[in-house]
Amino acid sequence: MPRRSQPGSGDMLQGALDMLILRSLVIGPAHGHTIAHTIEHGSDHVLQVEHGSLYPALHRLEDRGLVASFWGTSENNRKAKYYRLTPAGKKMLAAETSRWEQLAGAISRLLKPATD
Amino acid sequence: MTPMGWSKYFRRRKKDEEAAREIASYIAIETDENIARGMTPQAAHDAAVRKFGNAMRVREEIYWMNTVRPIDNLWQDLRYAARLLLRDKGFALAAIVSLGLGIGANTAIFQLLDAVRLRSLPVAQPERLVEVRFKPGTSRSGSFTGRRPMLTYTLFDEVRRRQQVFSGIFAWNSSPLNTADGGEVRRIEGLWASGEMWSVLGLQPAVGRFYTPDDDRPGCGSPGAVLSYAYWQREFGGAPSVLQQTVRLEGVKFDIIGVAPPDFFGLDVGRRFDVALPLCGERLTSADGTGRAPGRSNWWLAAIGRLAPGRTEEQAADHVAAISPDIMAATLPSGYTAESEKQYRETNLTAMTASSGVSSIRAQFGEPLTVLLGATGLVLLIACANLANLLLARASAREREMAVRLAIGAPRRRLVLQLLVESVLLAVIGTVLGVLIARGLTTILLAQIAAGFGNVFIDLAWNTKMFLFTTAVSALACLLFGLVPALKATALSPASTLRAGGRGLTMSRERFGLRRLLVVTQVALSLVLLLGALLFSRTLYNLLSIDTGFDQQVLVVLLNHESLSGDVDRGRVVRDDIRERLASIPGVENVAQADYVPLEGSIWNEMAMVDTPAGPGEKVLSNLTRVGKGYFETMQVPILRGRDFDTRDSRQAPPVAIVNETFVKKTLGNDDPIGRTIRLEERQGQPAQSWQIVGVSRDAKHTDLREDFEPLIILPVTQNAEAQNWARFVIKPRGDLKSVTPAVVQKVAEVNPSIDIDFDVLSETIASGLVRERLMAALSGAFGVLAGLLAAVGLYGVMSYTVARRSNEIGIRLAMGARSVDVLKMVITEAGWMVGLGVVIGVALGLGAASAARTLLFGLQPTDPATLFSASALLATIGFIASYLPARRASKLDPMKTLRQE
Repeated sequence: MPRRSQPGSGDMLQGALDMLILRSLVIGPAHGHTIAHTIEHGSDHVLQVEHGSLYPALHRLEDRGLVASFWGTSENNRKAKYYRLTPAGKKMLAAETSRWEQLAGAISRLLKPATD
Repeated sequence: MTPMGWSKYFRRRKKDEEAAREIASYIAIETDENIARGMTPQAAHDAAVRKFGNAMRVREEIYWMNTVRPIDNLWQDLRYAARLLLRDKGFALAAIVSLGLGIGANTAIFQLLDAVRLRSLPVAQPERLVEVRFKPGTSRSGSFTGRRPMLTYTLFDEVRRRQQVFSGIFAWNSSPLNTADGGEVRRIEGLWASGEMWSVLGLQPAVGRFYTPDDDRPGCGSPGAVLSYAYWQREFGGAPSVLQQTVRLEGVKFDIIGVAPPDFFGLDVGRRFDVALPLCGERLTSADGTGRAPGRSNWWLAAIGRLAPGRTEEQAADHVAAISPDIMAATLPSGYTAESEKQYRETNLTAMTASSGVSSIRAQFGEPLTVLLGATGLVLLIACANLANLLLARASAREREMAVRLAIGAPRRRLVLQLLVESVLLAVIGTVLGVLIARGLTTILLAQIAAGFGNVFIDLAWNTKMFLFTTAVSALACLLFGLVPALKATALSPASTLRAGGRGLTMSRERFGLRRLLVVTQVALSLVLLLGALLFSRTLYNLLSIDTGFDQQVLVVLLNHESLSGDVDRGRVVRDDIRERLASIPGVENVAQADYVPLEGSIWNEMAMVDTPAGPGEKVLSNLTRVGKGYFETMQVPILRGRDFDTRDSRQAPPVAIVNETFVKKTLGNDDPIGRTIRLEERQGQPAQSWQIVGVSRDAKHTDLREDFEPLIILPVTQNAEAQNWARFVIKPRGDLKSVTPAVVQKVAEVNPSIDIDFDVLSETIASGLVRERLMAALSGAFGVLAGLLAAVGLYGVMSYTVARRSNEIGIRLAMGARSVDVLKMVITEAGWMVGLGVVIGVALGLGAASAARTLLFGLQPTDPATLFSASALLATIGFIASYLPARRASKLDPMKTLRQE
């Protein structure tokens, strides 16, 4: 039987994926395909979204009440499960974004002198 | 898990479906885009699927997020176990039935034991109740009546007035009361209880009111009766109008003033009262109109007090002991000899816990039930050993399956759990069956006990304790039979097991040793049970084959009415009249008057001595009775020397007596008793009594079947100077004993229709005294048979397995020229070792167990060699038969076939 990696290992990456998902929903509800597309295009294909992680992550975010889901019709007339940000999700996104900026700032400051 | 989590758990299937749909939707959208990029539909779909990756993994990951993993596993295991059991129906049936019998027997016995021994009275704070009584082991003389004759009324009254440790104390007496109005007696259970009882026990009436201490004063008029809830339902259909009605007891009408709460059955566990009355009313139902209360040597009451707040049982015991001397001085019975008086003054009262009430059934059956619970425990152990054996056999059949599963990465813990789930499933089904068996068994047991006690009431409602006990027993059983096989089955080295071509050779030696050990255990425990069965059966046989010395096939008729008392001579005439009428009934062979009938329950005894030429002889405690014309013929007791009573022995003639052989032996030894004078120990306020011995009768049992012959003095009724309101007759009919009862009722009614008539078949009364032994013999016999069968099955299983396993070797032996009798001998010898070892261990265990049950045996020692030998021989025979069949199969093996199979 497959064993999922336990929470704790790879927290940072998982946290990053969650944040990116939430960010992609700011502009409006979207289904899984769009979310993956948005992240990949928005990062100029630097970030590749693994579907094996995306869907469980969406499920988890929904469990925690950060996103809500509904079934709708896609641009090309396909049934699709849409996700939208909840108020809690918005708050979390704001908190995560500032935390990420602090972290990224700190890391880049540390890296700068070496490149000088 | 949070409530939110549980709702998730129950929606996990829907969520999974949704995930599947979501993935399908992704594939569809991606396919559309791929087509738009110019791919063929097939290529577009394949590319989309590739891009998504392992869809099943994603679904599984989401599924695991929603489920509770252990529960999911358990459910899987349960379904798997159920399928396996259904496939192997023979095994499942054997396992469930043997477990059901084991658990059922345990539950039934525990339920009875709980009901009579462990349960508290259904009243407020029963643990604060203590009984005030004499220290156990002390004795007093006087008249003892009722089921718990501990105190006299005067004594209770003194305790009630002087005590300072109880918030309240009450006295009670339970005895049957006649509700019929003349004719054949109809008895209900009466409870005479002082007015404090209801408040001390903290009870509230279901209907009406209770009587109070103010209602219960000596000399009260017509006091009110309180019905038990059950009696109210039974006799009055639960109608509230009962308060306007009366109840007739011993010919007296009592107003009904209330009904007790439903769960209050009285204070005597094993019985249920029907009507409760204040003590002051007792005199109204007595023959002389004064009752038992005034007499200072009438022992008929028991007292229960509730400890005052802050007081302990020890303090109460000390306190009543401290006030005892004053109480004794104030309550000294009249008519005691100087010696008895001194003894009485020195006796102390004490207080003992009464939280679970008192019980004559408990005294009789408490110990046997404990012994039986031990026996049922052994039965269950044997059943478990048997089951463990069967499971081990299955385990070796499943070695390959386990090895494969271990090899492809199943954690061992998971496999052990799965095997345990199988055992749990068996245990649960076995327990359900066991509970059903227990229900039937307790009903049968109660009927048995009731045969000896009359109206037995034991509350068999299931309670938490019962539930916990049964659950604990089956859980323990399940662990016992399931855990070791599960651990053994999975302790494999997959590589070597698989290499061994499916016939696990490497690990099996050790496991097989375990199976032998289990068989030895089974044999040993079975021997203990068989030994018990034989000891108890022989005890019953010994008791049944005792020669009582008289004809037990007689009908005893007790008549009760004031017309029998009054003037002594007139009472004599009435009795003679009744005797003549009874004798005239066709089918009556003999009839005689007898005031006290042997082994029938009522006793009259005195200290008697015989005059010798050297002066009065030694005092001997002797039983007395008065008999009328034809007694010795009716009871078939021969007179060995001297003469029977006859018309010479009138009230005016010198008093005479017939004594039995034991009386002569104890008082005179070898001297000739005829013509000697018997005297009773003199008492204050009583005329000296003496009789001249005119005859010697053959010895017969009198008070207790189990005792040796006791001294007996038989007096003629014709010389009785005391008025009695009762008379007893023994009737020897030609045919069936009960067939003459209607005629007896009719004949007595001709004399006076208001005479109360009570029938007893003497042989039945005597047999009912053996209920305990009958119960022990029947149950231990059943358990012994069951144990023997289980042991046989166990041995048979192991031997069959050995033979199957060694078929190669046996085939080679036969091919090399061994005769089949050699093979037979070889296999049986192997079984013989196991049985022999089991028997040796069993004898050691059995001797210990039997000596613990020593007091329940009669006429043999727990170490009785014949019984020990029979039990061992019986088990050896069972063992021989169980191993003979596999041995024969082995000896008939065809070497060619066996070896070719290899």
